[in-house]
Amino acid sequence: MHRRALLLSVLAIALNGCTTLRGTGDLGVVIERASGSLQIVDTTAHKSIKPLSGLGDLSHASVVFSRDERYAYVFGRDGGLTRVDILKGNIDKRIIQSGNSIGGAISQDGRLVAVSNYEPGGVRIFDATTLEPVAEIPAEYGNGQLSKTVGLVDAPGQRFVFSLFDAGEIWLVDMSKPAAPLITKFRDIGKQPYDALLSPDGRYYIAGLFGEDGLALLDLWHPENGVTRVLANYGRGEEKLPVYKMPHLEGWAMAGGFAFVPAVGRHEVLVVRMSDWQEAGRIKVHGQPVFVMARPDGRQVWVNFAHPRNDTVQVINTESLQLINTLKPGKAVLHMEFTPRGEEVWISVRDEDRVEVYDTDSQTKTSTLNAAKPSGIFFTSRAHRTGL
Amino acid sequence: MSSSLTHTTIWLMTSSTLTLLLLTVGVSPALANASELPAAREAELIHLLRQDCGSCHGMTLKGGLGPSLLPERIGTLPPEFLINTVLEGRKGTAMPPWKSMLNREEVSWLVEQLQKGVPDAP
Repeated sequence: MHRRALLLSVLAIALNGCTTLRGTGDLGVVIERASGSLQIVDTTAHKSIKPLSGLGDLSHASVVFSRDERYAYVFGRDGGLTRVDILKGNIDKRIIQSGNSIGGAISQDGRLVAVSNYEPGGVRIFDATTLEPVAEIPAEYGNGQLSKTVGLVDAPGQRFVFSLFDAGEIWLVDMSKPAAPLITKFRDIGKQPYDALLSPDGRYYIAGLFGEDGLALLDLWHPENGVTRVLANYGRGEEKLPVYKMPHLEGWAMAGGFAFVPAVGRHEVLVVRMSDWQEAGRIKVHGQPVFVMARPDGRQVWVNFAHPRNDTVQVINTESLQLINTLKPGKAVLHMEFTPRGEEVWISVRDEDRVEVYDTDSQTKTSTLNAAKPSGIFFTSRAHRTGL
Repeated sequence: MSSSLTHTTIWLMTSSTLTLLLLTVGVSPALANASELPAAREAELIHLLRQDCGSCHGMTLKGGLGPSLLPERIGTLPPEFLINTVLEGRKGTAMPPWKSMLNREEVSWLVEQLQKGVPDAP
């Protein structure tokens, strides 16, 4: 009996042409921005398991995952939308859906993928399996101009939310009936929203403003209340520093009722009290923050910085609101991604052609992987997080 | 080398009689000097262009949050305008001033490269 089972499994392997069965929960992708390639990585083994090329211009690439955690949807700068099979390690489907895109999102039910475009300005929505077009939403404003769109996220209720950089608007799109998208537009939300994030419970959509101080807040439980301004008086009268890299709003740190966001044009991380959305403090940091990312348990926040101070990562204790460590991973730290339960963080160091893995408790380096000009790092655990 | 360029500009503005002289004698060496940055610095500048300018204008410079920097869009714009935009930034837009990191000579060289088209290799 045993022998027969063994024989069968050997046969199965031979027929499949692959070595072992495996899950994808500890896999992810590392974008190699300059070469239009990525690496599929294993976060348990700390190694790359498959390089993959032919993904076009990945100079600003982001990734979402199918809910079975098998497929990575890669959004490229050139408007490319690529569905990568991370189990087989190949490109399953690829389309060029616009001239210039910035990111995307996957719907609550996993059936729709939306892409945020600069050119032509708007959002396009595709079937997640076939990549056939489902809906097109031009971001039209004023006298028929099209706005660049940013900060696209999925939200509960089969909705997508995004911001219009040039128009200063937030649009909420209900895709419950894919053939008839229901769009709610919020106007005059503030000048030049540059990115946005969603609280992990899917309730609050918050857009950062480049053209003025403060953040724009939309309560998705009560969209009828409209968009309100948060921290409107923040930094009033202070001279901002030149901004050499737009901050990103992604991930959301909450601890003791505080949220942590990058300040624009300042060497500070802002602490916002979520009960009344008032400023609860500012933490002086090494440079202008780009990513302010919470460890999944919310106890630490890791911060990287804009050019020319981008060789550094700092760690904030969210209880004391103090800096607890300053790390120097190397030249041009672009992104950080925590393992699903946060014991490690992977950091891409572009100009060193390396990805460094740190233990988050001791903040010491545990592993190094080689990668060509690595930028974004995305792990499959994002598949089950709203807004990522 | 940046001073020689500055001098050229001043001469052109202040002395019309010397203008011809400068055009025939003085300017050509000055322009030749402008492209004689150390090769290592030129490589750094191209890296900065691709990677850091590229974070808004796209790594291939075809545009992103910021507009395209390809020759078909900026090739015929006055170089002085482009140089000043890089050095001083543009108020009301996301374009920051780069003068704390780059001098006029370096920016002139970058603008020259941009207007004729930077080879596509990253």
